Amino acid sequence: MTFPAPLRSTGARAAYALGVGALLVVWMLPLLGVAITSLRPEEALARGEVWAWPRELAWDNYATVFRTSHIGRLIANSFAVTLASVAGALACATLAGHALAKHDFRGRHLLLAIFVGGNLVPFQTLMLPVRDLMLALGLYDTRWALIVFHVAFQTGFCTLFMRNFIRELPDELLEAARLEGASEWAVLRHVVLPLVRPALAGVAVLVFTFVWNDYFWSLVLVQSEDVRPLTAGLQTLRGMWQTSWSLVSAASIVAALAPVTMFFLMQQHLIAGLTYGARRDTDRA
Amino acid sequence: MSKPAGASAASTLALLAPATVLFATFVLHPIADNVWLSLHDWDGAGAKSWVGLGNYRELAGDRTFAIALANNLRWLLLYALAPPLGLTLALLLCRTARGMRLVRSLFFMPFVISQVVVGLMFAWFFNGRFGLFDHLLRAAGLAPAALLEGDQAIYGLVLAGLWPQVAYCMILYLTGIATLRADLVEAARLDGAGGWALLRHVVLPQLRPVHFIAVMVCTVSALRSFDLVMVMTGGGPHRSSSVLASYLYEQVFTSGRYGYGAALATVLLALMSGIIVTLLWRLLRAERR
Amino acid sequence: MNRRVAASWFASLLAACALQAAALAGTLVVNSNASDPAPRAAWQALVERFQRENPDVDVRLNVTDHESYKRQIRNWLTGAPPDVVFWFAGNRMRQFVAPGLLADVSALYTPAVRAQLHPSALELVSDGGRAWGVPYTWYPVGLYYRRDLMSAPATWNDLLAACERLRARGLEPIAIGTKDLWPAAAWFDYLDLRLNGQPFHLRLLEGDIPWTDARVRSVFAHWRELIDRDCFARHHASATWQEAQALVYQGKSAFSLMGHYVVAQMPRDVLPRMDFAPFPMLRSGFERDEEAPVNSLHIPERAKNRADAMRFLAFVLRADVQEELNRATLQIPVNLQARPADDRFVQAGRAHLAGAARLSQYFDRDAREDFAQTALNGFQEFMLHPERLDAILETLEQARRRLRR
Repeated sequence: MTFPAPLRSTGARAAYALGVGALLVVWMLPLLGVAITSLRPEEALARGEVWAWPRELAWDNYATVFRTSHIGRLIANSFAVTLASVAGALACATLAGHALAKHDFRGRHLLLAIFVGGNLVPFQTLMLPVRDLMLALGLYDTRWALIVFHVAFQTGFCTLFMRNFIRELPDELLEAARLEGASEWAVLRHVVLPLVRPALAGVAVLVFTFVWNDYFWSLVLVQSEDVRPLTAGLQTLRGMWQTSWSLVSAASIVAALAPVTMFFLMQQHLIAGLTYGARRDTDRA
Repeated sequence: MSKPAGASAASTLALLAPATVLFATFVLHPIADNVWLSLHDWDGAGAKSWVGLGNYRELAGDRTFAIALANNLRWLLLYALAPPLGLTLALLLCRTARGMRLVRSLFFMPFVISQVVVGLMFAWFFNGRFGLFDHLLRAAGLAPAALLEGDQAIYGLVLAGLWPQVAYCMILYLTGIATLRADLVEAARLDGAGGWALLRHVVLPQLRPVHFIAVMVCTVSALRSFDLVMVMTGGGPHRSSSVLASYLYEQVFTSGRYGYGAALATVLLALMSGIIVTLLWRLLRAERR
Repeated sequence: MNRRVAASWFASLLAACALQAAALAGTLVVNSNASDPAPRAAWQALVERFQRENPDVDVRLNVTDHESYKRQIRNWLTGAPPDVVFWFAGNRMRQFVAPGLLADVSALYTPAVRAQLHPSALELVSDGGRAWGVPYTWYPVGLYYRRDLMSAPATWNDLLAACERLRARGLEPIAIGTKDLWPAAAWFDYLDLRLNGQPFHLRLLEGDIPWTDARVRSVFAHWRELIDRDCFARHHASATWQEAQALVYQGKSAFSLMGHYVVAQMPRDVLPRMDFAPFPMLRSGFERDEEAPVNSLHIPERAKNRADAMRFLAFVLRADVQEELNRATLQIPVNLQARPADDRFVQAGRAHLAGAARLSQYFDRDAREDFAQTALNGFQEFMLHPERLDAILETLEQARRRLRR
């Protein structure tokens, strides 16, 4: 990889490590606050103890979170909904993004504008009509309702994303494949997809995070506890009268683990980088 | 760019169909429904009663709406910092040194963790009684601010929102950097370009698709942010830190005024669309060149 | 077709039909907003007891946090309702009765049952002569104070004197957090109840009395006295009620006007030093009107399993069931024959409610939602800027006019 230029001297490398380290510490400070709060005993919080290091670390806050919320079922529901939504949104968006980027037809700009514009709408606007649609389709109170909605909604943003990245690919590459007799699907599969792998990975991470963290639609489209995803289920830690902030903090850290892990795993695609350039060189050879 | 030989109209249609059908059903049709609702008065339970443009007339004279709109514009302006900051972080962190995968994941965390908890931390940070912010101000010899209790509360909210937003932009730019064309970079280096010149003339232009997405995303977040507001100030004190999204929530769910809320939502959508369409038009024009 | 295959096919079809029929007839879906730990566990235990007594019913209890529940209940009632919903009695309930979203449950209220309930509670679940819900708990609102820092004030002058003494010792006498707006309404409610009485208060909240009326101004005048004397804790606009209560436990404040729910949160070492007292009397010769928010269960009009839902509600009305529930949650049963828990605060609260003359619920349960929201914002603004009273009253007047439309 030629960008950025690698650091040659040990001095530069040390300076880099120190700089990044210091920045990381400052960046993480609020998160450190969340972690400490999650380990603070509830009584200490009731007494107004906010910043001090807790006298005893209440590890059983995490145990309580796991116990109160049938967490295994919540996590299973979340994974089912999120992974299906990511797959669906990526598929729809890549297909549509390719058409918008590389096919010339009237109204493609208008269509793009519609995809972009629809993504801006506040959720409250959609709440009742979508619920009625799901009731009519018989999907209400099932995981499919969530999957179908999230695929539909995320497609707007993802189409824009994929379209912008696919657009950057030179037309000659696609033309060459088409002249060799490849169908449009083959062009998409064998020429375009490998080159936009970082975009796919980036979009996958973002959609995963959005859908995983969503609780608005989990509340609107789902009533039964056994279908509920994780973030909506963990909301029940907030009481009618009092909110146990230490439990909520613990729950939020548990809930955040999946998207962060997803990001960690996707990074090899995100930083793969410059695959296009490398391929071009081998073509010429 | 003429239509390529192998791309028939049929294949275009087939490619567009799934996304378009889903989107039209679950997003566009509900938007139309919502505009229809904004012409009525409804408490969510009983019958709807027609009021025509009455809700919009009321909005025009609504003091809280004006405050919320002003706050959203402030939010928008300050969020303009997020893409450059995200880009800086991405440039800093895109190296393949050892442990960088973990470091990048940690920088990503603010975006992933529940906004409710982010809001809680920043609310405590800015708290007038025990907040660290005022503690630092006093240590520096300045007067304590009690930021969330006065008219400047919105700035505390925006600062809290910037933290996850910069992480979001960082991801976008990391993706962009990963798709840079090696041949262009190599050619520039052979020409003797390095450092800033390389950045300005080779890297940044190639990141243009990402710039648009980043700006769009930050605009949408600035106009849609809600969780932070509810946790940190609830829109107060006496609605001075309200934003359109929190006011919308309050009108629909707390006050039970669905028709009025629908009118608010329509205005919010029109506002966002106006901004985004302008940006989109500029992008498309630039692409045509 | 092979006869054995046909027979087994037919048998499994029959079995499937039977299972389906059983599932349809015997499933009871209950949506609850009681997400606090003790109530949640108590209701789970109650549901299990109900299932033991009624083995043909399969109860599915869905717990949602209160904030989200409030958002969704209308959606449920108008869309795909469960069989039983948790909600609040009084005007909050009547708001759903008017458009016909709740089922009439008058059949449950036999004379025997009526005799077991406080007449005010009964009245709160009724509308137009019919009953629309079942109350299961209620709680008092009053002064929760540190008995080692002060004694209970009986009159207005006692209250002012107590504040003076506490201020002289460097405390911020009254702990209050107005970030969530509703805690301030308790002060308005009680000053109004003590100065003008419950009938006036309810008429005011219905919109029958202008907010510029002299009697309303008198309420604000008394309130202003407390504000001007710095009786309320500072920084209340950025404090939730929980953060404000911490001041009482730290000894930085001495008391607050709160509901019974604060007891569950009191740290163990402070609990023995806390006590409960009713809000002081402001006028001699006045009766003691109190606030007593009531929580209740209802059946949606379009519930699929109304028969079993009625059985569940009848179950919850029973004295022994209310006793078990409220003992576990340390709350106060509505059924007068249910014995309350042995807890000092529960006993005091029960006596307090039983001895009250007339009852109202909390401001945001008595007044219509949109009006309540405007008023609550007005109260917070008044506490921060009492000089803006005229503008605030004007805003409330405008809201009242919209209420009466």
